[in-house]
Amino acid sequence: MIDTVLFIICAIVAVVCGFNLVLQKHPISSALSLIGVMSSLAVLYLLLGAEFIAMTQMIVYGGAVMVLFVFVIMLLNAGSEKASSKSWFAQIAGVPLLLAFVGILAFLIRGVLPPLGTVAFGSWVGGTAEHVGQLLFTTYLLPFEIISVLILIAILGAVVLARKEID
Amino acid sequence: MTFIIASLIKIVIVFAVFMTTLAYLQWVERKVLAHIQSRTGPLRVGPHGLMQPLADVCKLLTKEDLLPPYVNRFFYLLAPFIAVCLALISISIIPFGPEITVFGTRTDMQISDVNVGILFILAIGAVSVYGVALAGWSSNNKYSLLGGLRSSAQMISYELPFTLVIVSPLLLANQLSFRGIADSQAGYYLGFIPRWNIFQMPFPQIFGFIIFMIAGFAETNRVPFDLPEAENELVAGFHTEYSSMKFACFFMSEYANMVTITCVATLLFLGAWHPLFPAPYSNWVPSLVFLLAAILCFYQLTSPSPRRLDRITFPIFGLVALVLAGIWAIPQFQFILVPIWWFVSKVGLLLFTYIWVRGTLPRFRYDQLMHFAWTFLFPCALINLLLTALLVAIF
Repeated sequence: MIDTVLFIICAIVAVVCGFNLVLQKHPISSALSLIGVMSSLAVLYLLLGAEFIAMTQMIVYGGAVMVLFVFVIMLLNAGSEKASSKSWFAQIAGVPLLLAFVGILAFLIRGVLPPLGTVAFGSWVGGTAEHVGQLLFTTYLLPFEIISVLILIAILGAVVLARKEID
Repeated sequence: MTFIIASLIKIVIVFAVFMTTLAYLQWVERKVLAHIQSRTGPLRVGPHGLMQPLADVCKLLTKEDLLPPYVNRFFYLLAPFIAVCLALISISIIPFGPEITVFGTRTDMQISDVNVGILFILAIGAVSVYGVALAGWSSNNKYSLLGGLRSSAQMISYELPFTLVIVSPLLLANQLSFRGIADSQAGYYLGFIPRWNIFQMPFPQIFGFIIFMIAGFAETNRVPFDLPEAENELVAGFHTEYSSMKFACFFMSEYANMVTITCVATLLFLGAWHPLFPAPYSNWVPSLVFLLAAILCFYQLTSPSPRRLDRITFPIFGLVALVLAGIWAIPQFQFILVPIWWFVSKVGLLLFTYIWVRGTLPRFRYDQLMHFAWTFLFPCALINLLLTALLVAIF
């Protein structure tokens, strides 16, 4: 009962924040809407029983990534965007093309992907830190290590670029 | 049904105690700072200024609530709300004592036991930057903006050593829930050395504790790392444009963050509610301490005091201490009160350290702050983690 209520609230918040992200003119408003999407997704993960993923979502996406976004927007003091005059093609074909795209996407997802079955709140166990850790170090060891090396390379690249700037 | 009633009772108790602590923490801070600087501190409202927090709350509530015309209104109003909500939320997963049985109901001395407790604290800490950052940005004031920017940069930098150093006690405890971490620190080596994490074999976390405390100072924007609100450079930093209750929200969130950080430090490193001595003796320590306080109060009466009011206040404080000693000596209540006493006294000691440092150390310069985080604190935390992991793997 409470699961359903929470799901409906968080799903609505996520969708509204998602729309708001695109519609807002000011970068800070968009960034905050994105934080709203991330946080409500974290609650949805929590409802499904994936508490570790939910908290990681908050720490990494809600916290670290978005704080950097907000920091950069504040540092550059970016103002509101100005709406450019739309071309005649966008004015006429924009909405129909968007609807067609969403329709094709929905059709493909329903047709190509195998049926996933129904989801019940609280019936799934396996979201604890122990389970996730075990999977990371057994089944998904190779992808996990490859991603770590990839991130290390990205960090090294950032350092190299930053050093060049100073010299 | 019993679960809901028990939870409601716990929430009411924790909320009342927490709010009172926040109000009186500010009184304690003013008093301690005053005595460090050879002043008397608040003295007018009530005996020894004890009613000062109440007067402050009334003042803040009745002050005019200014809304400057040049601010970004929505975010300006949202920022103090974010700050205070996120600061107050963390206390809900802090355990204050072991599992107890009252009137046949088993319950934890904690509002809720989350099995990813420590991650929850980190998540709240990561998100609470937005309160300060948004306040600085939406005020439309260069000093506020600088304060907000400094705060975000500082919190991103210090989150690294903070998070890394938390991992080491987790390795020792093999748990993420606060209750589990606290339980793993029960017991004694050789019958007298407590198994708190700062003494825990194979690698005592003393360095970890020190790094955690330093990073904690930075995370809560306290002196010596209070650059977001450095008065002599930035007027009042990120909350320059805030007045009345909105200012009080930021003030309250700072103290609430302080309490949370010290609670987490106690749980992770200082053995939570587990006493310094084995059980039969440690149960009498609270009574002895209160008795000592009572004796001290009555002893003060023998020497002539310059203040006439002390003739009345000292016997009253002495009597209060005697009553408390009596309550803590009743064996039927000891299973609840003694763990709480140990927990609260450890947290109180750490809070006193916070205030003490504020009265002693000057502020860092901004580049020193960043250098300290990245070139000293971060490597130290990393080495601490590697050593702990190695020793835990070997033994």
